[in-house]
Amino acid sequence: MYRYDDYDHAIVQARVAQFRGQTERYLAGKLSDDEFRPLRLQNGLYIQRHGPMLRLAVPYGLLAARQLRKFADIARRYDRGFGHFTTRHNLQLNWVKLPEVPLILAELAEEELHAIQTSGNCIRNVTTDHFAGVAADEIADPRPWAELLRQWSSFHPEFAYLPRKFKVAISGAGEDRAAIQVHDLGFQVVRDPAGEIGFKVYAGGGLGRTPLLGQVVCEFLPWQHLLSYTEALVRVFNRYGRRDNAYKARIKILVKALGREEFAQQVDAEWAHLKDGPATLTQGEVDRVAAQFAAPAYETLAADDLCHLAHLREDKAFARWVERNVQAHKVAGYAAVTLSLKKPGAAPGDASSEQMEAAADLAERYSFGEIRVSHEQNLILADVPQRELYTVWHRAKAAGLASPTVGLIQDLIACPGGDFCALANARSLPVAAAIQERFEDLDYQHDIGELELNISGCMNSCGHHHLGAIGILGVDKNGEEWYQVTLGGRQGNGARIGEVIGRAFAAAEVPDAIERLIATYLAQRQADERFIDTFDRIGEEVFRQAAYPHPHQSRRVANG
Amino acid sequence: MAKQIIKERRLQDDAWKVVTLVDGEAPFDVCLPVGPLLVPVAVWKAKKACLIHREYEHGTPLGIWLAPEDDLAEIAADIDDFTVIAVHFPKFADGRGYSTARLLRERYGYDGELRAFGDIGRDQIFFLNRVGFDALVIGEGKSAEDALAAFDDFPESYQGDAVQPLPLFRRRVA
Repeated sequence: MYRYDDYDHAIVQARVAQFRGQTERYLAGKLSDDEFRPLRLQNGLYIQRHGPMLRLAVPYGLLAARQLRKFADIARRYDRGFGHFTTRHNLQLNWVKLPEVPLILAELAEEELHAIQTSGNCIRNVTTDHFAGVAADEIADPRPWAELLRQWSSFHPEFAYLPRKFKVAISGAGEDRAAIQVHDLGFQVVRDPAGEIGFKVYAGGGLGRTPLLGQVVCEFLPWQHLLSYTEALVRVFNRYGRRDNAYKARIKILVKALGREEFAQQVDAEWAHLKDGPATLTQGEVDRVAAQFAAPAYETLAADDLCHLAHLREDKAFARWVERNVQAHKVAGYAAVTLSLKKPGAAPGDASSEQMEAAADLAERYSFGEIRVSHEQNLILADVPQRELYTVWHRAKAAGLASPTVGLIQDLIACPGGDFCALANARSLPVAAAIQERFEDLDYQHDIGELELNISGCMNSCGHHHLGAIGILGVDKNGEEWYQVTLGGRQGNGARIGEVIGRAFAAAEVPDAIERLIATYLAQRQADERFIDTFDRIGEEVFRQAAYPHPHQSRRVANG
Repeated sequence: MAKQIIKERRLQDDAWKVVTLVDGEAPFDVCLPVGPLLVPVAVWKAKKACLIHREYEHGTPLGIWLAPEDDLAEIAADIDDFTVIAVHFPKFADGRGYSTARLLRERYGYDGELRAFGDIGRDQIFFLNRVGFDALVIGEGKSAEDALAAFDDFPESYQGDAVQPLPLFRRRVA
């Protein structure tokens, strides 16, 4: 993975000193709340229900074991011994104390960690595929490009005060596992007929109040121009994005207002001045960065380990875990393991310091010392030899990291919601817990099969509810928490925004409503259909009727 | 006390006055006081002849100030006439002026004084300097002395900018 050189260290250290000064001036009353807010946000610091929340960056989801240990250590000493992994690969600490934040950042900097631009109206942490570098369907490793974008976007002098936040994602594989179409800017790595790398560029995607999929603004951007083109595109947004209404300030509104073609033309016109300028990437720089993502020293192994096959035959629980939590690897004899951060009784994405340390141990022993964070809020060991899977499973189980439910209903995505977040309209975690409890039976879960259920506590959609086959959105009605259900959403290449099925449910009604939807699927499914396949075949109406057994309740609402 | 401005990393006296239109005032009605003026784009367009005359006859240098939404194309042909171009930041969180500055420096080749004024302070200085502002009028109620320290907030930057066109990757020494 990428290691800092003296330049990177100096820049991050300077940020620590800068933020220490800003915090001291704020605490001394020299900076007003309004002045301090954007500064602290650009360093991931929110003021939440219980005090400050600090969002630490995990650039493109990649962590060294020593870095995950540092997170565990920080969470234990400065917080309450746990953290929350988010849908954008970051780690949130909910109980830090403002005067201690500079100390935390100084400690993190020692391990090449930071909180730079994890919030605020700036270019945020770049996200990517959690199977980057190991997926069989990979066109090219997206991580070097993500790192180049990280450097380019860090402290970009022109783009610190954009109209609104700006999220970038990049996928290097045939199947998009980075949700690039719901990002402000999405890059798909492609190759031209000569085999040269370039990017298909999507702009104007995003969830939130107006969920929209990104539109293609460039079919093939040669890699040399990645940064100059991005600079042109963000400049168009910075100059012409709306600043009069925060709800209409994301780039998706600009792209929609101008239309895809006009927007793309404006970007091209701007780019014409920047193209082939100093920001043009050099082969030397790409090689320098790419070398740091070189494949680890894999052993030459048989495609199937005989011991592993024996364990699979003899241990049903292990086989079930392998079926759900172990993914194929492009190198023979290796596998990628998902350590689940989902189980009843724990908030989705939460990890205790002990769990982080256990994951770090596993990474060091069995996976070349690296861990990834997935946008489904789990941890990934990307390079585990097949022969070690049985041991890894036992150790993961001991650490509470082995729920055999990846991709099933219990693997739901949820934001922290109203229990923690000051923006939320409703709580997410009790609803998530109620659903996980209702569907706790493993046989039942496995029978239901793959199902993405996503929960957001407000329109900001941190829980990606629009992308769930079943989405749940918390809404506030006269001070009460209600939950709106959407159906048919999905991520990936065929990404689609789910649609609201009708009136919102009271919290207590949600598990029953979800169970009725699932019963409908189970009754209707053919052969190996997943929930989403059955939904596509029979349509929304059957599900809507099931969700609202009393017809007068199913009045449609126009807008989510 | 004379108005102060940061130039060449130190506080200096500043003689320029900012002309603003009051609500409903027509640009050609505005009265132009003596001395160097920063006029809004509308006044520049309405009273160009008069302003140029002042320059020829009295040696009064020309200046203009731009609002975040002003279209640079409107003054593109005149850019080299100005001794000072000022960019207004009504709120520091409105970042359009940063793009304006880079365009003036890098696209239009403006090499006169480029000043930022309005709601700016210590925490904006580093980036303002990088995008090409070489003169900074610190906002009311903020400390200009404090702001002087901000030029050295970072020892290096990844991107190229108006001051250092080469990004770090073209300068990096292993």
